[in-house]
Amino acid sequence: MIAFILRRLLTLIPLLLGITMLVFILMSLAPGDFLTPVKAQRDVPAELIQAIETEFGLDRPWYVQYVKWLGNVVQGNLGHSWAYKLPVVDLIGQRLWATFLLSLAAFVFAWGVAIPLGVLAAIYKDSIFDRIVSALAYAALSVPEFFLALLFVFLAAQTGWFPLGGATSIEYDYLSFAGKCADRAYHLILPTLALGIGSIASIMRIMRANFLDTIRAEFVTTARAKGLSEFVVMFKHVLRNAINPLVSSFGFAFSGLLSGALMVEIVLQYPGLGQLMYQSILREDQFVVLASVMMGCSMLVFGNLLADVLLAWSDPRIRLEKKK
Amino acid sequence: MILFRIFREVLRRPLGVLSAGVLIALYTAALLADVLAPYATNEQDLERTYHPPTALVWHDGSLQVQAYELVDPTEAKYAAVVGQSYPLRWWGQGFEYRFLGLFKTQRHLLTIDGAEGRLYLLGSDSTGRDVFSRLLYGARVSLFIGLLGITITTTLGFLVGGLSGYFGGRFDFVAMRCVEFMMAMPGLYLLLALRSALAPHFESDQMFFVIVVILSLIGWAGTARVLRGMTLSIRQHQYVMAAESMGQSPLVILRRHVLPNLVSYLLVAATLSIPGYILGEAALSFLGLGIQEPSASWGLMLSQAQDVKVFYLNFWWLLTPGFAIFVTVIAYNILGDVLRDIVDPKMKTR
Repeated sequence: MIAFILRRLLTLIPLLLGITMLVFILMSLAPGDFLTPVKAQRDVPAELIQAIETEFGLDRPWYVQYVKWLGNVVQGNLGHSWAYKLPVVDLIGQRLWATFLLSLAAFVFAWGVAIPLGVLAAIYKDSIFDRIVSALAYAALSVPEFFLALLFVFLAAQTGWFPLGGATSIEYDYLSFAGKCADRAYHLILPTLALGIGSIASIMRIMRANFLDTIRAEFVTTARAKGLSEFVVMFKHVLRNAINPLVSSFGFAFSGLLSGALMVEIVLQYPGLGQLMYQSILREDQFVVLASVMMGCSMLVFGNLLADVLLAWSDPRIRLEKKK
Repeated sequence: MILFRIFREVLRRPLGVLSAGVLIALYTAALLADVLAPYATNEQDLERTYHPPTALVWHDGSLQVQAYELVDPTEAKYAAVVGQSYPLRWWGQGFEYRFLGLFKTQRHLLTIDGAEGRLYLLGSDSTGRDVFSRLLYGARVSLFIGLLGITITTTLGFLVGGLSGYFGGRFDFVAMRCVEFMMAMPGLYLLLALRSALAPHFESDQMFFVIVVILSLIGWAGTARVLRGMTLSIRQHQYVMAAESMGQSPLVILRRHVLPNLVSYLLVAATLSIPGYILGEAALSFLGLGIQEPSASWGLMLSQAQDVKVFYLNFWWLLTPGFAIFVTVIAYNILGDVLRDIVDPKMKTR
């Protein structure tokens, strides 16, 4: 198992190298660089700009810049954001926390709602409840996330029940600890709903299909024949087996959450990693883009790895080691 | 012919008829946008910004358009003028256009009599353009980007996947590592990076093609991977070996013997992935990185709805492009599920 995990982590290295190189090429193809707005300011002396250009090799071709950047990264220096006047590590650290909080909330919300719904829809198959839930799931799968977010902004503006974006209120710093938590939670409601509703639908559909498959298994007939109550059969025998395949999508959900939040963050003006990434691409804030792409890719790989490991752990028929 | 048989099966299911009907109606409306739209995409009327949808009234024995006057310019409040209305005219004169690129005409399905009145079936936007007309013109971009994108992706995916499944070996290794690389990247990030790199090298009216190319570049990897696996199993069949021993070239074998086996899978996969392109274009345009003004697309129209003014003053009609996207996507999803049930009854979802 450990050898498998190590092998998977090793593949991360060429992947990150390739992706950062691609981003480097793409950004050098776009005209201008992060110094363009600085150059437009009159109070910045030309010598300083010259000095920065030589320091980062901006006057050199992209591969020289790339090697320079890579050298810095290996030493733990991710560079400096020009738009925010902050080291990239600090900037990403702040934003990652916000996005992680949002993703976690959406995740808990989606799974907490989807699994009971899926189970109930499967138990009461073809009832009115099942039909309504399935139709709703279909609709939820087809709504673009950003449109849902837009509808929520509309709702917030019309009713005044919810804040119109941001992660905290203005008076956040003066609140007590409990007040801070409540304030954050209050700001999280709409982004969580916008992000979670789409995944509720897909998880619910998988859960329902799995449950229906498992009900037909022979051990269920045996359990019923033994005279067990329907409740025990459903929740002790069927549910445990039906939830297995979902364990692997747990990992995939984890990998998708960070990049999936991008549109929702932008529309609801939630200061997370996705919004940062979008703004830095527009401003050609090169080092921030590179760092956030690296974060996104690593999360994807870790998520997929998590999915495989969880699957092997929950299902003894799957072995990760190669056959001897 | 297998496609014809599948089509006949679709028509035998109520959901299939419904979704196919909705899609055909949408595409027809997009093609006939010139005829159906009362106004051109950019016909502004700065006197009537954020005009609510005009009511239709029955007056003097014919359908008429209610007249409105501006009550409060700061809040864009309009009030109906009691007793005043403009007659609707079917097949009247409007702006000039080329009907399907064939001949010039000025006829439109619905126009309004009287120069001072305006017909806003779905209200007007921040510069007084008719949202309904823009919805129709925007449909051209938003709907056809899906068809074009899926064509490119499927072709590319079939070539890469088919060839690497057929030849195996070194070509297969390199191609599959490329595919894995593409799939390991967060799609939306790549979309943004590609767009910022490519866009400055093109005019804004070529953006449509830039977006199609970007979306297809991201999408081909998944198709290629599945097709490689299917080609691998198909090439074990005896008829492929027979064709090989007869000396047919690999490309001919791929086209004549492998492709027909993949058609039904491709059809289902394409139907289910077209919404991805529609949503991708909408998201890009929504962020201001896709289709540029003065052209119209559903995503671009929605980005106008991001204004604080729109939220607080409840200009709900500016959200209609979002509902249009929703209807299109749900129709494609239903059609895709119906097709899958037909092609592969074992995969049945319910």
